[in-house]
Amino acid sequence: MNDRALDISLIVNGERVQERVDARKTLVDFLREDLSLTGSHVGCEHGVCGACTVRVDDEIVRGCLMLAVQCDGAKVETIEGLSDSGEIADLQAAFEQRNALQCGYCTPAMLATAQDLLKHAKTVPSRAQIREHISGNYCRCTGYHAIIDAVEFVAQTRAKGR
Amino acid sequence: MKPAPFSYKKARSLDEAVALLAEKDARLLAGGQSLIATLNMRLSSPSLLIDINGLAGLDGISIKSGAVEIGCLTRHAQAERSDVIARHAPLIARAIPHIGHPAIRNRGTLGGSIAFADPAAELPACLLALDGEIDTMGPKGKRTIKAQDFFKGLFETALGPQDVLTAIRVPSANKDTRIGFAELARRHGDYAIVGLAASARRNGKGLADVRLAYFGVGNTPVRARKAEAALADGSIDAAVGALDLAPNDDVQATAATKKHLAGVLLRRVANQLLEAS
Repeated sequence: MNDRALDISLIVNGERVQERVDARKTLVDFLREDLSLTGSHVGCEHGVCGACTVRVDDEIVRGCLMLAVQCDGAKVETIEGLSDSGEIADLQAAFEQRNALQCGYCTPAMLATAQDLLKHAKTVPSRAQIREHISGNYCRCTGYHAIIDAVEFVAQTRAKGR
Repeated sequence: MKPAPFSYKKARSLDEAVALLAEKDARLLAGGQSLIATLNMRLSSPSLLIDINGLAGLDGISIKSGAVEIGCLTRHAQAERSDVIARHAPLIARAIPHIGHPAIRNRGTLGGSIAFADPAAELPACLLALDGEIDTMGPKGKRTIKAQDFFKGLFETALGPQDVLTAIRVPSANKDTRIGFAELARRHGDYAIVGLAASARRNGKGLADVRLAYFGVGNTPVRARKAEAALADGSIDAAVGALDLAPNDDVQATAATKKHLAGVLLRRVANQLLEAS
């Protein structure tokens, strides 16, 4: 048996996907090249920049530090799924209103990471906590202030709605 | 496609993982947060990856006869949320938020961090500071290795080619246990320029059994024994003066800077150890 390519079956953005993948293919390359989900970006490819962040079984992970074969049986959510479901519509609007993006390269992963913080937070996170949570996501345009503003605004707005 | 081709097998049992490791250039895949980065850069090119994720019984956190036992597949994020670790292994609880970033801590495992033995990593130093132990399983059965005998050199441990690290164990903290932790990194979550994990026992108004384990200053985590003795004698200044670390220059800082920062960290950590004692 050839163990260099394996059949996998997983749920991506709510849809069942069955593919044969090379064992050496990372999750983010599988999403981009095999599924044409190009919203997940490839930056440093060694876990530093955070641009490939996606959700696997409800937790954020580095798409470059997981193999596609490891996702057999998993539920994977990318920015395309998070956008379509409306789960992060308020974050997206706040990012736009506050100029929390310029080139947009880091934005899909930044949104996924911000949503991860807000989803787990029991109270409105402080600006320091927001900074710490997105510390693994590089943005080379904004200087981060506008991103912190946007995330803080959404955290406060969601808390009022509770 | 960045990594060189390799075969992939998901181990169905610990015994199967040990058996599969007999293949030339086979490597275990746990959290993969260091291994897959090195694959992507082709710094390593194994013939076979043996995925041990999902093996039952290897991700538990429990108290066993006065010690906290942590299964090798426990994720950093899981340990970060654990009440048992917060209460009984507070040094590990203090260190974990410094390891990588949330997305990394969701995948990375405690066993993987110890087995990889990066000289700038937090957990190997914590294990050394706590006088912890490492359980392994190999072709000849189980072994238990003391932390002080485990870290042999740069990314080199006492693990044999077919050994699987199965659990780590540290003494459970009691009311006299004191711990301290500090590190300096360019960005929160990055590997430390210099870091210090420490434990001690309260002894009246002072400290006994002081253990200072530095990371990022050598090929392995390093104890500063002269400084430990000076701190037990009650003088922070003397402890800083007694630091005899011999770091090398690296991409982050010069040896002189590292030595200076080691003293800065010792003052911070000594104050943590002495707090409320």
